[in-house]
Amino acid sequence: MSNIHVTTSINGDPVEFVCAPDEPLLDVLRNRLGLTGVKEGCGTGDCGACSVLVDGRLVCSCLVLGVEAEGAEISTVEGMAEAETLHPLQQAFIDHAALQCGVCTPGILVAAKALLAKNPDPTDEEVRFWLAGNLCRCTGYDKIVRAVQDAAAQMRSA
Amino acid sequence: MQYAKPKTVAEAARLLKDEAGVTRILAGGTDVLVQMKAGMVEPALVVDIKGLPGIREIVAEAGGYRIGACVAGAELGEHAGLKALWPGVVEGAELIGSTQVQGRCTQAGNLCNASPAADSVPALVAAGAVARVIGPDGVRDVAVSDVPVGPGKTSLKKGEFIASIFVPARPDRASDAYLRFIPRTEMDIAVASAAVSLELDGVGMVTAARVALGAVAPTVRLVEAAGAALVGTRLDEAALDALSAACSAACAPIDDKRGTIEFRTHIAGVLAKRAARIAYTRAGGQA
Repeated sequence: MSNIHVTTSINGDPVEFVCAPDEPLLDVLRNRLGLTGVKEGCGTGDCGACSVLVDGRLVCSCLVLGVEAEGAEISTVEGMAEAETLHPLQQAFIDHAALQCGVCTPGILVAAKALLAKNPDPTDEEVRFWLAGNLCRCTGYDKIVRAVQDAAAQMRSA
Repeated sequence: MQYAKPKTVAEAARLLKDEAGVTRILAGGTDVLVQMKAGMVEPALVVDIKGLPGIREIVAEAGGYRIGACVAGAELGEHAGLKALWPGVVEGAELIGSTQVQGRCTQAGNLCNASPAADSVPALVAAGAVARVIGPDGVRDVAVSDVPVGPGKTSLKKGEFIASIFVPARPDRASDAYLRFIPRTEMDIAVASAAVSLELDGVGMVTAARVALGAVAPTVRLVEAAGAALVGTRLDEAALDALSAACSAACAPIDDKRGTIEFRTHIAGVLAKRAARIAYTRAGGQA
C-alpha cells in the first residue's frame, strides 16, 4: 500500500500532501495538515463534526478519501474568518452562547454557512432539517437555531 | 488497498476484471467507506468511478432522463426537469441520510448496497427504471428491479458496475410518489415504504399503475396485483382498499428493533394508499 501524492486547494490555498489510499480526508486534514478545527465524532457519517465543503458541497470528511481531494476545492472552518474578523455566524454563536463543549461547533458553522449560501432566509424548520446531520449533545439546538437566524438576518442586511 | 481512478469505462472494466481480490466501486462512498471502516469489507482494489465521462451528469434522453451513477442526492433535488417528471424518484433519493450524506450518496450506490430498506429503490422500481451495467463483456441494460437479489447481494457479476440509471418518458397526466415510515422525523432507515407510479386518462381514470414496497421483504418488491387494483378506477375507497390489501399480502418482512412483522405488513398498505393519493393529485387527478 504505497502513499499517493495529492494536489488540492484548501481554503483557497494550493496544498500538496501524500496519504495512504484508504486514509479519510478527515485524518489528512487533522494529522497531516494540522487543520484540527475538523473534528472526529463518529467517523461513520452520522454526527457531522467533520463537515467540510468539497467543491462547494457539504460532506462529512470522514466519508471522503484523502485521495479524492485531488483537483478539488476544500473549505474548512479555518477558512471562515477573515484575518481577525470572525464570520457573522462565528460571532453569532458567541453572542448567543450557541455552544458548550464546542466539539460540534466547527461542523455546524461550516454546515450553516452552506445553508445560508443556498437559502439566505430559512425558516427555523429549514435550519433544523439542514442541520439534522450535525449532532450536538450539549445545547439542545435552540441557541444554535437562534444564532443561525441572527447571522442570516445580519448577512441579509449587509 | 490500491486506489484507482480510471478515465474510461474500458479501463475501469479492465481494472475490475484483472483484480483477483475483493474489489469495491467508489461513487459517493457513504456505504463503502463505512463498511471498510467497520472491517466488514477489506478490498484489495477500490475503483473510483467519478472520473468516467458523463458519470456525474443528468442527461435528457428519449423523453426521460439518464442519471449518471455518481450524481449525488442533492444534485437530483436541484434538477427541475427530473423533479417535474419523476418527483417520487427524486423524493426517495432525497430521504437518504443527512445534508452531508446527500452531498455524496448516489442512487446507483443505494441500489448496489442492496438494503431491503434502500429509500431510492422503490420509486425507481415503480418507475420501471433501467440500470446500464458495464462489465468485461461490454454493456447491458438491466431492470432496476432485477439488480438486488437479497440483503447486501446483487445480480451484478464480477467486474460489472452500474454506469447510469435511466428513467423513461411519461404521458402528460402521470406522476409518482414515495413515502416511508420512520419513528423519527429525519435521518433514519425505513421501517416500511411504498412507491406508486400512475398514469391517468383525460377524465382521471387510472390507465397504468406500478407499486413497489421497501423494507418488507429481502428485496424491494414490485407488487403487480397492487398496481392492477388501481387500473380502471378513479382511486375510490374500494380501489385504495384493494391496493392496501394487495400490498399487505405481498409483505414478507422480518421482526427487528425497528418494527414487527405485523406492523410492517399493515403500514406498507397504509403507505401505499397515501402515496397513491399523492401521485394521483400530482398527475392532475381530482381526489
